[in-house]
Amino acid sequence: MKAIIDKELCTACGECADVCPVEAISIREEWAEVSDDCTLCGMCVDTCQYDAISLPEVGTGPKKDKEDYKGIWVFAEWRHGEIHKVSYELLTTGRKLASKKGIPLGAVLLGHNLEGMEKSLFEYGADVVYMVDHPSLEHFTDEIYGNVLTELIKKYKPEILLAGGTSTGRSFIPRVAALLRTGLTADCTELDINEEGLLVQTRPAFGGNIMASILCPHGRPQIATVRPKVMKAEPLEHPTNGLIERVDLPEEIFRTKIEVLAEHKVEGPSANLVEADVVVSGGRGLMKKDNFGMLYELAELLNGAVGASRGAVEAGYADSSQQVGQTGRTVAPVLYMAVGISGAIQHVVGMQGSQVIVAINKDKEAPIFDVCHLGIVADLFEFVPAFIKKIKQERGEKE
Amino acid sequence: MHIVVCLKQVPETQNIRIDPETHTLVRQGVASILNPFDYFALEAALKIKDERESVKVTAITMGPPQAKDVLIDALSRGADDAILISDRAFAGADTWATSFTLAAAIKKLEPVDLIICGKQAIDGDTAQVGPELATILNWPYATYVKNVEFLDNSTLKITRQTDEGYAVWKLPLPALLTILKDVGDPRPRSYKCTLRARKYDIPTWGVTDLNLDENQVGLKGSFTQVIKVFSPERRKDKLILEGSVDELVEQLYSWLKEQRIPGI
Ligand SMILES: Cc1cc2nc3c(=O)[nH]c(=O)nc-3n(C[C@H](O)[C@H](O)[C@H](O)COP(=O)(O)OP(=O)(O)OC[C@H]3O[C@@H](n4cnc5c(N)ncnc54)[C@H](O)[C@@H]3O)c2cc1C
Ligand SMILES: Nc1ncnc2c1ncn2[C@@H]1O[C@H](COP(=O)(O)O)[C@@H](O)[C@H]1O
Repeated sequence: MKAIIDKELCTACGECADVCPVEAISIREEWAEVSDDCTLCGMCVDTCQYDAISLPEVGTGPKKDKEDYKGIWVFAEWRHGEIHKVSYELLTTGRKLASKKGIPLGAVLLGHNLEGMEKSLFEYGADVVYMVDHPSLEHFTDEIYGNVLTELIKKYKPEILLAGGTSTGRSFIPRVAALLRTGLTADCTELDINEEGLLVQTRPAFGGNIMASILCPHGRPQIATVRPKVMKAEPLEHPTNGLIERVDLPEEIFRTKIEVLAEHKVEGPSANLVEADVVVSGGRGLMKKDNFGMLYELAELLNGAVGASRGAVEAGYADSSQQVGQTGRTVAPVLYMAVGISGAIQHVVGMQGSQVIVAINKDKEAPIFDVCHLGIVADLFEFVPAFIKKIKQERGEKE
Repeated sequence: MHIVVCLKQVPETQNIRIDPETHTLVRQGVASILNPFDYFALEAALKIKDERESVKVTAITMGPPQAKDVLIDALSRGADDAILISDRAFAGADTWATSFTLAAAIKKLEPVDLIICGKQAIDGDTAQVGPELATILNWPYATYVKNVEFLDNSTLKITRQTDEGYAVWKLPLPALLTILKDVGDPRPRSYKCTLRARKYDIPTWGVTDLNLDENQVGLKGSFTQVIKVFSPERRKDKLILEGSVDELVEQLYSWLKEQRIPGI
């Protein structure tokens, strides 16, 4: 199979041939021709100004009795007895999708001693909360969490499942998708329902350089993960208590080959990196480790965390657990401040989902200025201390 | 002990970008490289081979014929064997179809004790193939693994990174791990291994070798359908400020206030 050229529309302009990463497109006199080298990556499709290129359709996959599947589910994650914010964000999104389709919104809560935790799920719009309470669910393992969620889906048949793109969701949701034999789209940044009622899942690919919209036409449920803070959480104005459905499952579902020996929460400079609303990151421009001190001061004022570029980590200014980017952590805070960071693509892929990006760099040509919302061309050693002073002044604090 | 490392060849993403004027993708010599995370998977396997007796490391990749390059690289660094999984019918595979095909290859390679994957591939960034492959094989798995220890010949103690810290798990073999950079930098190619790699005749397995049906693999065997590929929106409202530090401080402060940044 290969990309399909509509010979009526093709003008043989050759732009597609230029973008094809595997050089599978050649230009005939009147149209473009695709060779067997085509990997169906789709890069040519967007390039074509004449809409002359399309990809063949996915095989049906094992067909499901699609009509039996109804409703949207959100996997509700918790930490230390509290629901994770990403679950509220997904419920808010799920609620919009559910009302567009006119179907109910469910939340799934798995764990041990969960009593009371379901309340806030109703505040964000869940009509039903499905709860499984079992000692084996106290610690996360992919096997049991995956098996339990799969059982629930088989029993209640939701047509859409949304889960957080956390270290938990990204780990066990693929198990659920594989057990149910259905598709899964990771790290979506936009979700919508199309005219046919299918979930349109839009996500970045190739390091954020391109966006792709993806459907799961035949598999059920249609499953998507979304990173924390990508969607907005809005509680209902007039929440009502929905239904609680406590589900008992046969003991064998809880059997596992994995034993959890320990779980540790790490305190320290990177503890809050993924969850913080504000991240102040420093790069090689900081020149030495001690200079990171001002970033800690700024971050503390803003109740945020301190990240770093790989350049800074390699130079020993920061800990490797603080590294943001392709080989580090992915963050998407409300505010990301890049201080003395050049903006190499490997760094940018780890922070481009941030709501507001501020860059401080003395080099006007630095690539970080292409990705930021607000760029400050200045010497960081003058700017950052002055900015700290300003915040303190505004708060009426003594220096 | 037989360890299989799953490697993927990916385009070097930094060279794939959108021309700001024409809004089209610029290829500009997009080279194919080994997925950076998979170097750590390979290194993790080779470390085990260094430390334990009679360990065989097989590198596998599914991709077009040129994906062979990543296998040659792996052999040059010390992998014992390599298999290229390649067939026209595999084109367009999503993570399910990829995992399904890799699972068939693993079954053909059995006995296998451990599969090591990278954390994710930088083209799709899905991190799904590892968990889906393990699930299809019905093996236990652990993702985001920072450290691997053997308790005995058939039991691992692993440390996996979580969003807030780490967890320590015990899991029996056969198992699958997806590995983080913490295992250490990949070793360089050695002269001896490079010579061997040059002579090594890498077998290619296709649909018939794996006893698969064309409808189960590639785009036909996939669940997810890409319907549109487009350029991300460029920032239209981008502001770049220059001037005296005092002015800049005022401007940033009031701008952040407008954006309702918590803490400002
Ligand atoms: C496979 C691979 C994976 C990678 N993964 C990551 C990753 O996960 N995360 C990551 O960050 N990088 C990663 N990198 C590295 C990345 O390509 C860059 O090398 C790195 O991000 C550069 O760090 P930097 O911006 O701090 O340093 P530099 O590129 O040296 O930039 C320093 C910047 O500071 C500015 N500056 C200097 N002095 C001042 C001053 N007084 N005031 C204001 N500005 C100043 C300079 O103008 C410059 O722009 C990866 C690379 C590869 C090949
Ligand atoms: N085509 C492939 N061939 C071999 N291994 C793969 C392939 N695709 C993915 N993998 C493995 O699965 C990991 C995760 O890939 P992904 O799910 O695409 O992010 C990679 O780091 C590889 O170890």
